[in-house]
Amino acid sequence: MDFLEILAKIPEYLSYPFVRYAFIAGVLVALCSSLLGVTLVLKRYSFIGDGLSHVAFGAMAIAAIFSVSNELMIVMPVTIIAAILLLKGGQNAKIKGDAALAMLSVGSMAAGYLLLNMFSASANVSGDVCSTLFGSTSILTLTDRDVLVCVIMSILVICVFLLFYNKIFAITFDENFAVATGVSASLYNLLIAVITAIIIVLAMNLVGALLTSALMIFPALSAMRVFNTFRNVIICSAVVAVFSAALGILVSIMISSPVGATIVVVDLIVFGGFSLAGRLLRK
Amino acid sequence: MSQLIVKNLCLGYDNMTVSQDINFQVNKGDYLCIVGENGSGKSTLVKTLVGLTPPLSGQIIRGDGLAPSETGYLPQQTPVQKDFPASVGEIVLSGFLASSGFRPFYTAAQKKQAMANMERLGIADKKNDCYRDLSGGQQQRVLLARALCATRKMLLLDEPVSGLDPAATAEMYEIIQRLNKEDHTTIIMVSHDIESAVKYSSHILHMGSRLQFFGTKEDYVKTPLKASFRSQSEGLSKLVDEAELCTRASALSRNRRYYK
Repeated sequence: MDFLEILAKIPEYLSYPFVRYAFIAGVLVALCSSLLGVTLVLKRYSFIGDGLSHVAFGAMAIAAIFSVSNELMIVMPVTIIAAILLLKGGQNAKIKGDAALAMLSVGSMAAGYLLLNMFSASANVSGDVCSTLFGSTSILTLTDRDVLVCVIMSILVICVFLLFYNKIFAITFDENFAVATGVSASLYNLLIAVITAIIIVLAMNLVGALLTSALMIFPALSAMRVFNTFRNVIICSAVVAVFSAALGILVSIMISSPVGATIVVVDLIVFGGFSLAGRLLRK
Repeated sequence: MSQLIVKNLCLGYDNMTVSQDINFQVNKGDYLCIVGENGSGKSTLVKTLVGLTPPLSGQIIRGDGLAPSETGYLPQQTPVQKDFPASVGEIVLSGFLASSGFRPFYTAAQKKQAMANMERLGIADKKNDCYRDLSGGQQQRVLLARALCATRKMLLLDEPVSGLDPAATAEMYEIIQRLNKEDHTTIIMVSHDIESAVKYSSHILHMGSRLQFFGTKEDYVKTPLKASFRSQSEGLSKLVDEAELCTRASALSRNRRYYK
């Protein structure tokens, strides 16, 4: 296929509602993930996205067994509670963050798979598991309501982030100083934990449980290669995320590749470019 | 009324006592140095004073119109900060966070004040530079400017000169002394460097497992504590003429400004 031909086909693709839905949901979720990703990466919590999405997988397995019509009703609260437990412990927890995270993450993964295999009514268990883990095509089958939930949640997350931008910066840079001058750091850590959980559950629809953390960390890491101030890193990370998500979805439709994996590979390539640019700029 | 009165304070983590029976008071304009061997609980004391670690027992009473949020704090650097992408201006401004309450953004007056604090510490020209690209001494000055944004009344400094070269160390001590003398900011500083502690401070708190001392530095020099502490570093101080080193260091730091 010629490049121009592909370009000419874009409007045609966009005329399908399911493609438009995928675009809206994908771009918004990627944007939210990237905003929070900067904080998580800098706080050394890069793996939190991974761990929490495994928890969400476990919760989804339970929802599937009890054939709950609206999975979010179970998955969302469980993930939020897990996020609060993990992030709240912070630097002073008895079991250090990474060990607690690894434990929770593999534990819920194993339990989820076990339960699905033993009790699931579905005829194609491995198919279900695969699509939950890697997202497969679920983003192209979003309903009106899914998109609406996604849009509302994303706007909420973006507003909270903008309003608390300065607080989030201070807590990320130096939690001890903030606490010493009388800022309630635990309150803001709680806020960060809850938003993280919400985004992860939303992102699971898009790229699947195994790949959600890629949406959080790649744009942030790319931006940090090149930019030197917190504000610029945030802005750049958001732009990178939106660009990669849009390009990834488009490519995956054209060459019919799995959506989640394609977005992550685009993110990876962008990261490579930024690393190179960063190295050249430093010289 | 003293700004800070500490009564029978017992420090530690999870019921493990680090230090006990700590008694001292700090008045407005005092310059208190906390000295003592490693593990004697100096940093824990500072963390307890700013509310990061709860005391096991005892009392910390604030007076003379000092609210808990009016303590500026210069913590030891964390590993997270070493490669943190943030500009000097962003970090200094974040000192106003507590006084902003629920207001989401900083006011023009706060930005002006932050600028004034940066000028005061000679980092105004670095406003847009990245924190991770600065030298150790400059980084400490950024964190000090941030602490000044939080308060002018009292500063708690946790080993502000650790890891700095002699020139930057001398400069840092000069800045702290100026804040104390000119603005009458109360200084509480943890230090390893007993000579400088005696040179700059007005009061000394010596912490140890068995022996403790609190009083003016004039009284402290007469106690055997300083001698015992000093004898450990005697070998070193014989080799170096301290007065000469300080002169050389401040000359160096003056020159350094022209290099850049």
